[in-house]
Amino acid sequence: MLDRMHILICGGAECKQSNSVEIRDKFKSEIKRLNLGDDIQTALTGCFGLCALGPHVLIYPGETLYSGVKLEDVTEIVEQHVAKGKPVERLLFKGNFDRSKFRNRSELTFYAKQTRIVLRNCGVINPLDINEYIARHGYEGLGKVLTNMTPEETIDEMKKSGLRGRGGSGFPAGVKWEFTSKSVSDQKYVICNADEGDPGAFMDRAVLEGDPHSVLEAMAICGYAIGADTGYIYIRAEYPVAVERLGIAIKQAEGLGVLGKNLFNSGFNFKIELRLGAGAFVCGEETALIASIEGERGMPRNKPPFPAVKGLFGKPTNVNNVETFANVPVIFLKGADWFKSIGTEKSSGTKVFALGGKIANTGLLEVPMGTTLREVIYEIGGGIPNKRKFKAAQTGGPSGGCITAKSLDTPIDFDNLIALGSMMGSGGLIVLDEDNCMVDVARFYLEFTVEESCGKCTPCREGTKRMLDILNRICEGEGTMNDLDVLERLGKMIKDSSLCGLGQTAPNPVLSTLKHFRKEYEAHVIDKVCPAGVCPNLTNYVVLDNCIGCTKCARNCPVGAIEGKVKEKHFIDLDLCIRCGACKTACPVNAISTKPESWEEV
Amino acid sequence: MTNLVNLTIDGKACQVPSNYTILKAAESIGINIPRLCFLEGIHEQSNCRVCIVKIEGVRGLKTSCSTKVIEGMVVYTDTKEVYEAVSFNLELLAGNHKFECWKCSRENSCEFLDLLRRFNVDNDFSNAKLFDQKEIKVNNSSDAMILDSSKCVLCGRCVSACEKLSGLGILNFSNRGANTYVGPAQFHNLEDAGCIYCGKCIQACPTGAIREKDEIKFLERALRDKSKTIVVQVAPSVRAAIGEEFGYKIGTNAEGQMFAALKELGIHEIIDTNFTADLTILEEGSEFIDRLQNGGVLPMFTSCSPGWVNYLELYYPEYIPNLSSCKSPQQMAGALIKTYYAEKLGKKPEEIYSVSIMPCVAKKAEAKRPEMGRDGYKDVDLVITTRELARIIRHRGIAFQDLEPIKPYGLLAEYTGAGNIFGTTGGVMEAALRTVTEILEGHSTPVDFTEVRGLDNIKEATYMVAGTEVNVAVVHGGAAIKEFITKLKTTDKQYHFVELMGCTGGCINGGGQPIVSAINQEKYDVRALRAKVLYNIDAKAEFRKSHESKAVKTIYEEFLGKPNSHKSHDLLHTHYNERSFYDVK
Repeated sequence: MLDRMHILICGGAECKQSNSVEIRDKFKSEIKRLNLGDDIQTALTGCFGLCALGPHVLIYPGETLYSGVKLEDVTEIVEQHVAKGKPVERLLFKGNFDRSKFRNRSELTFYAKQTRIVLRNCGVINPLDINEYIARHGYEGLGKVLTNMTPEETIDEMKKSGLRGRGGSGFPAGVKWEFTSKSVSDQKYVICNADEGDPGAFMDRAVLEGDPHSVLEAMAICGYAIGADTGYIYIRAEYPVAVERLGIAIKQAEGLGVLGKNLFNSGFNFKIELRLGAGAFVCGEETALIASIEGERGMPRNKPPFPAVKGLFGKPTNVNNVETFANVPVIFLKGADWFKSIGTEKSSGTKVFALGGKIANTGLLEVPMGTTLREVIYEIGGGIPNKRKFKAAQTGGPSGGCITAKSLDTPIDFDNLIALGSMMGSGGLIVLDEDNCMVDVARFYLEFTVEESCGKCTPCREGTKRMLDILNRICEGEGTMNDLDVLERLGKMIKDSSLCGLGQTAPNPVLSTLKHFRKEYEAHVIDKVCPAGVCPNLTNYVVLDNCIGCTKCARNCPVGAIEGKVKEKHFIDLDLCIRCGACKTACPVNAISTKPESWEEV
Repeated sequence: MTNLVNLTIDGKACQVPSNYTILKAAESIGINIPRLCFLEGIHEQSNCRVCIVKIEGVRGLKTSCSTKVIEGMVVYTDTKEVYEAVSFNLELLAGNHKFECWKCSRENSCEFLDLLRRFNVDNDFSNAKLFDQKEIKVNNSSDAMILDSSKCVLCGRCVSACEKLSGLGILNFSNRGANTYVGPAQFHNLEDAGCIYCGKCIQACPTGAIREKDEIKFLERALRDKSKTIVVQVAPSVRAAIGEEFGYKIGTNAEGQMFAALKELGIHEIIDTNFTADLTILEEGSEFIDRLQNGGVLPMFTSCSPGWVNYLELYYPEYIPNLSSCKSPQQMAGALIKTYYAEKLGKKPEEIYSVSIMPCVAKKAEAKRPEMGRDGYKDVDLVITTRELARIIRHRGIAFQDLEPIKPYGLLAEYTGAGNIFGTTGGVMEAALRTVTEILEGHSTPVDFTEVRGLDNIKEATYMVAGTEVNVAVVHGGAAIKEFITKLKTTDKQYHFVELMGCTGGCINGGGQPIVSAINQEKYDVRALRAKVLYNIDAKAEFRKSHESKAVKTIYEEFLGKPNSHKSHDLLHTHYNERSFYDVK
C-alpha cells in the first residue's frame, strides 16, 4: 500500500538544530488545515548529506529536493507543491552545477556520483519505524544467515567480501570475526564502536540516526558468526539523537523478535545494550573502549592479547565500528561477490566521507573505493568557493595527513592513502585552500591529540605536547631550524614507540605537512613570514593598489594604525598594527592583503 | 607444561619457556634491557616505553616487558633506532622532573636517575623559555606521606600497588594528556581519601614522587638542643634491613652497627622496641585470656600495626570492639619513656625528646594521634623511618660498614626472641601463643608455632590450649585483610585470635624500609630474607618467651603492678574511633 505522496524531512542532528521537527509538524498541520487527505505521509529521516544547506525536504513522487527550508516556508510548499503540484522554485536545492535548471534529486551531481550502501536508508526511511527498514529488505540478511548458513559459512562470506574495518586501520573484518570465533570461551561479546571522535567526522552518527537497524542487524549476524549472545553499542553521550533512536530501535527489534531469544526459530539468542561514553577520543581505541565499558578509566591496554582473545571482562570480543557494521546486512543480502565488485581490488565497497573545509557542498557522501580526490572535491563537493586555489586535502583527521594537488587523481583506498603518507581514518575529508597555513593546520590537529591523549604512555603524553610547544613557537615566529629537526625526530619516535593508535598516528599531520610543505615551515622559521597570512605574529597587513579610499578600514582600526585621505590609497603603520584583521573584514573591495609579496607559493 | 621457544636476541641464540616475555628472555642471557614502569606481577602495563626493542618484521618498536617470545623471533635491543627512542622518552620524562637529588628521599635508590645516567640523557625540555612547564601538584598535608607530582614519571606502579597489594585503589590517574597526575580522586588529600599509610606505593615508586614525610631536620635540631635528652627506640625489623642501605646483602642483621651508628650520631639513650613488644605480649595475652574466659568479644584482633588499625577504623569500624585495646609497642615504649624512664633518669617528661626508628610510615601518623600522650606532651616526639635513619648516617659521613657493633646502652633494651619476631608476619601470634599457652596450661609449653610462619596471605591454625580449641589466623597486607574480613562476615567458624598487619610480610616489608629495586624484587623474596634475620635472632636468644624477660618482670614489679592493671591501662592501652573518608560513609 503506497501513499499518494511522501514528504521526507531531514532529521539529522544539524537539520534538527534548524527546527526540522517543527517543520515536520507544520507540514502535518498545514495538510490537515487544507484537507489534502490522509494519504500524504510526512516523516523525519536520517541525514540527507548536504548538511551546510539544511533543513531539507524531499517530496515524492518527483524526488523534488528543497533546501534551506524555514518554518515560514512550509505553508507555501504545501499550498503550491502538495496541493497543486507546482514546485516552489525559490526553495529548490541549487548546487553550484544545477543553477540553470531544475533536476530531481538523483540527477544532482552530488547524488548521481555517489554509491550509497552504508547510507542506503539515510534520508529514505523513517528511522523510528522498524517496518520501513524491513520494507527495504531489513533483517532479511540476518534471516538468511540464521536459517541457511553455518557460523563458518557466515565468516567465509565476510572474508570473501573483502570488507575492511572502516574505523581507521582497515583490518579485514572477516578475519577479525574469525579470530574471535576461534577463541574458546563460555561467553563472547560483540561491540559496536560508536565513539566517533575525529573533529568534523559524523558519518557514524548519520548512520545511527538515519538507519539504526542496519547496525543492530549486523551485530546479530556477527554474534551468530563468532558465538556471542550479547552485544554492546558504545556511543558517546554527545549523540543524544542517535542514542534515543537506537534505544527505540532496540525495543522495536525485540518486540518483533529479531533481537532477543530464539531469533528466526534458530535457537540463537542475541541481545544488545547501549553504553554511553563521556566523549574521550581515546575511547574509540578498542582496548580503551573496553576498559571504559568495564567501568575503568578509558586507557588503552597492551595488544596482544587482542580483544579477540581477551576482551571485554576478559572474554573474547569482536569490535567493529558503525560504518563497518552498516555494510554487513547488504553483504548477506546481495552476496559477497556483489560487494567485491564495488571498489578496488584490495579495498572493496564504498567509503563514507564527511566533507568539510573550503568546499561548496559541505556534508556527507559515499563513494566507491577508488574514486579520485578530484571527483570527490570538484564534482560531488562542487569545488572550492570564491575561486580559491586548492592547496591540500586532509584525510584521516588528527591521525592522517595531507594530500597535495599532485595526488588529486590518485584513487582513494586504504593502501594508496597510506602510501601518500596519510590514512583513511574514519573518513574526515577537509579541503584546504591557499588561505590555509599548513603549520597552523598541523598545529590544530596536534592540539586536538594533545588534549585527547589519555596520558598513559610517555611518547604520546609528553612527546606530542613538546611537538605542540615547538609548533606554537614556530607560529609565533620564535622557531629555529633545529626545531624542525626535533619535530621530525620526535614525530618518528612517537609513531614508533607509542602504546596505541592514537599516539602512533598523532604526529602524522605534522610529519606530512613537513614533508609536503617544508618551505612553508621554513618561511615561518627563517623569513619570519606566514605565507598564507594566518599566523598573526608573522603576518603584515598591506593595503593594495585597488584601494578606493573609502576610509572604512581607518574607521574600524581599533588602534588608529591606518592613515589616508578620502578617495586615496590608505597606509597601515605596521608598528602600530596589532594584526586583529578588523580592516580586512571592513574593506568592501578586498584591498587589504596579508599575503607577503615576496613569497612564492609552493 | 610450557614449551621451550628458540629466539635470537642481539645475535645471541637462546631457548626460554614460551610464557617468557622478551625482557625476561633477555635477562636470562645477561642482556639488561632498560626498564622503568615494569614491576613484575604488580604493574605490567607498558606505560613508560623505555624497554622497547626492535623485532624483525614487526612495524615500529615493541615493549619487551609485555611482548611474549615466539619461535624464531629475532630481537634487537640496542639498535640506533631503539637507543634514540629510549633516550628521547627518558628526556621527555626528565623535562617534567624536578631534580633536587641532594635532598631527595631516593638519593641512592632512584631507578629513574640510573637510566638517565645510562643513556646520558640531555635535558632540553626542561627549558621553561622554550617549553611549557607542567603545573606541580604536591599533597603534603598528611602526617605520614607526601605525593609530589614534580618528581612523578607517571609509570603507574603506585597505582597498581595500591590496588593489588593494599586492596584499596586510592591512587589513580587524574586529568588527561600532558596534565595527567597521580593521586586520590580529584586530588583529595591522602588523609581524606581513606589511605592507611601502608606505603606500598612508596616501595613501588621508582623516584621520590611518593615518599615518607622527611623529618630528619627535627632530629638534627634536637641533637643540637642542650636542654633535651634524646631517647631513641628501634623497632625489631629495622635491624633486619638497614644494612641494605650500606651495601649489605638483603637479609643481613646489622643490629650492632645500627646501635653504633646511633651512638655516633650522639643519641643519649637507646632502648629497644623489642622490649615493649615483650610487654605487649603480656598485656595483649592477658587481655585475650580475659576475653576467652569471661565471654569477651572474639575473635580478638592484634593492634600493633597502625596500617591495619587505620584499615579497620576506616573500612570495618564495626569490628572496633574486636581490636585489642593494647597500644602498639612503639606507643607503649613512648609512654614509658616519658614516665618510668624519665623518672629513672631524673628528668621531667618535657626534657626528654622521644624518637622512634620505624620500618613504617603509618607510625608517623600513629605517634601524632591526640590520645598518644598526656599532660600536653607526646609520648613519641618524632618517628624516623629506616630510610631516613640511613640518610642521616650517610649524610654525616659515618662509615657504617666499618663500625664496631655495640649493644644498646639504655635501660629498657633487653628483649626475648618472642619480642624480636614481632617484625614479621606471624611473629606477634607466635609470641602470644608462647606466653598464652604456658599461662593457661600452667606448665612449660613448646616454643615453636611454625604453622603461623611463612608468607601465605592468610594462615590459619587450631591449637588445643588447656582443653579448649583455639582457632587463630594470621593475615598480612591490605588485600588479604579485605579477603579475610569478607570471609569472616560469612563463615560459621569461630576464630579466637587473629593477627593482622597492614603490610604484606609484616614490618620487615614496611613502607619505611629500604627500597628494593624492581629488578631485585624479582630476583629475591625480600620478605622471606628479612624475616629470616628475625627468626635467626630468635633461635639463638637466651630467652624466647616474653614473660621470661627479666626487664619485663622488673617493670611490673617496680612500676606497673601486673598486666592490665589500672596503671598499665592508663599508659599502655588506648581506644579507637570510626573514621570516614571523602566525607562520605
